[in-house]
Amino acid sequence: MKWTKKDLLGITGLSKEEILFILDTAESFRDISRRDVKKVPTLRGKTVITLFYEPSTRTRTSFEIAAKRLSADTINIAASTSSYVKGETLKDTAKTLEAMKPDVTIIRHSMPGAPHMLAKIVESSVVNGGDGAHEHPTQALLDLFTMREKKGTLDGLKIAIIGDIIHSRVARSNIFALRHFDTEIICCGPPTMLPPHLEDLGVKPEHSLEKAIRNADVIMTLRIQKERGGVAYIPSIKEYSTMFGLRKEHLSKAKKDVIVMHPGPMNRGIEIMDDVADGTSSVILDQVENGVAVRMAVLYLLLGREA
Amino acid sequence: MSILIKNGRVIDPKSGLDGILDVFIEGSLIKKIDKTLSGEGKDVEVIDAAGHIVAPGLIDVHAHLREPGYEWKETIRTGTMAAVKGGFTSIACMANTNPVNDSKSVTDYIITKARSEGACRVFPCGAITKNLKGEELAEIGEMVEAGIRAISDDGKSVKNSGILRKALEYAKLFNIPVISHCEDEDLSKGYVHEGRASLLSGLDAVPGIAEEIIVRRDITLAAYVDSPIHLTHISTAGSVDAIRQAKKDYRKITCDTCPHYFSITDEATLGFDTNTKVNPPLRSRDDMEAIIEGLRNNTIDIIATDHAPHEGTSKDVEFDIAAFGISGLETALALSLALVHQGVLTLHELFRKLTINPAKLLGLPYGEIKAGKTADLIVFNPEIEWTVDKNSFFSKGKNTPFHGRELRGKNLITIVDGKIAYKDPSFKG
Repeated sequence: MKWTKKDLLGITGLSKEEILFILDTAESFRDISRRDVKKVPTLRGKTVITLFYEPSTRTRTSFEIAAKRLSADTINIAASTSSYVKGETLKDTAKTLEAMKPDVTIIRHSMPGAPHMLAKIVESSVVNGGDGAHEHPTQALLDLFTMREKKGTLDGLKIAIIGDIIHSRVARSNIFALRHFDTEIICCGPPTMLPPHLEDLGVKPEHSLEKAIRNADVIMTLRIQKERGGVAYIPSIKEYSTMFGLRKEHLSKAKKDVIVMHPGPMNRGIEIMDDVADGTSSVILDQVENGVAVRMAVLYLLLGREA
Repeated sequence: MSILIKNGRVIDPKSGLDGILDVFIEGSLIKKIDKTLSGEGKDVEVIDAAGHIVAPGLIDVHAHLREPGYEWKETIRTGTMAAVKGGFTSIACMANTNPVNDSKSVTDYIITKARSEGACRVFPCGAITKNLKGEELAEIGEMVEAGIRAISDDGKSVKNSGILRKALEYAKLFNIPVISHCEDEDLSKGYVHEGRASLLSGLDAVPGIAEEIIVRRDITLAAYVDSPIHLTHISTAGSVDAIRQAKKDYRKITCDTCPHYFSITDEATLGFDTNTKVNPPLRSRDDMEAIIEGLRNNTIDIIATDHAPHEGTSKDVEFDIAAFGISGLETALALSLALVHQGVLTLHELFRKLTINPAKLLGLPYGEIKAGKTADLIVFNPEIEWTVDKNSFFSKGKNTPFHGRELRGKNLITIVDGKIAYKDPSFKG
């Protein structure tokens, strides 16, 4: 298979073959991070910009490490230090950056569609590093990579996603990706946090945590998106935690070999308790490790694409 | 100066007139309509309309001309130029200018400006409340004296039911309609319709019921005080249903919808094209079909444009912060003619909703082709195919989701007050 797309704006628009192609490519990159010399010359001379309008530690660092391990040069721009605070529009920022000839721009933005707008303006590649409540494609890809690694296959898996679904780009991208496989997807949270029409995506809405995780192979918990007003969707964090916080005793309802995932950052004691986050079922740090490999694969494919 | 329009198919939806006829215009009036009129020997401009349709000029009950205050978006000049290009001879302009049209002096300004620079007739719509704040009634009587033909706080609903009740009662003094923008603002913190598309895009969304709740409230209030109410830019199946039911018991309800609500759906927002951002938002396919059915069964009386022009930079930003609105005057006729092409409406039925019904709402003596009436009319061809090019718009607002779309039906000539206000460059004859 050959990669032809200029941008990675979302899981939407990717075929099952393209998803698997990224995951397979990531396999071959994972070992690089485990060597003493963690660097290959593949993207030498390429420039990667991370343009982050929202705070991020793991995603930005992960992209930067991925780019550096492929020998690309990286420049990080955070909104607080950029012209954004001086009133420059995204369009002008994009044109300005484009004039400096980057090869890839990774954008994170609080507003859905910002990466799509950027991709229409610039000729270089654009990667969506998370746009509002819309998509976070590399997160979903690393989640699938981790599920496949731990379970051997994606087909036949029962996946429960717990939390603030309505505001979650991670949930959306995971749903869009997992729908390509023979999976059972359950979204669980209070009714205010489950968007209408979820069933249309082949997702089962569920309001009971215990029912949602029954016989689950994968449990993915999400934090409440305070920056998107998530707190107003529940009476209190305390009440939410009592009803939807994942505790160790819950895990007995799931499959014996269930894995627990979290895209981070975690709010310990709210959506996930310490004994789960740090327990034997947790693969949260594997997700972080795999994230680097998946992002290396994405950068490699976009920059090595066939014209 | 006289004009003789020969050999066209003349239609007048009010009288039912429909035939190959000649129309003779002298001064500002239609003098004669008959077979084979002769214009020889006089100072007569003869227009050969063979193969085309001669109809009353279109009347828009809902446009934004942006002047005074937002002249970089549109002016009375450019907005009325767009109107005559689109086939409109009269338009009502909404009050959300800067300053707001909530006083006689602003109304005077708009009317004076329109008389000197306008390419078509302009009928200002006054604000219901001072500065559109929803708190105190504007000086409606003084504005009526200055020339407003309706009142509306368009852009938002009058949230306070007590104030709206008073407005409905007070408007009876002047026999002008209250035009209601229906939106429950507490339910409408969003940019697109809440449905399958918003689930996919993650954009903050507005449910259809945000409109329907206010539709029902406003009808209830109007019926209680026995005042006419006009519900503007209706967009949902639930609204159509509520209005159809309510009209059975209370006759003083009218409503309009806009071409975009019967032409495209919320699926158009999936590419994050900010030209699809409009308030009320583009709705679901079920809603669109209900709007079309509402037009067919006459629940919806009028087609209005909600022409909402914006400069490029208001739209050339992220979807969340882009301005709401579609520049609609130059595509409305062709989009509406699709209803005829699809067999939803006859030509006469469509033109009722574009001419005589809006005239009736605003109390205007226009919208007819009849000897002795003012010569506001158009020559158009429903079959001509053309491609929408926003760059050729007369409007300053290039914000159209229909750019590049093939449409069928084109206005060729617009005559306002007996004078040619627009002639399409392609027109020969």
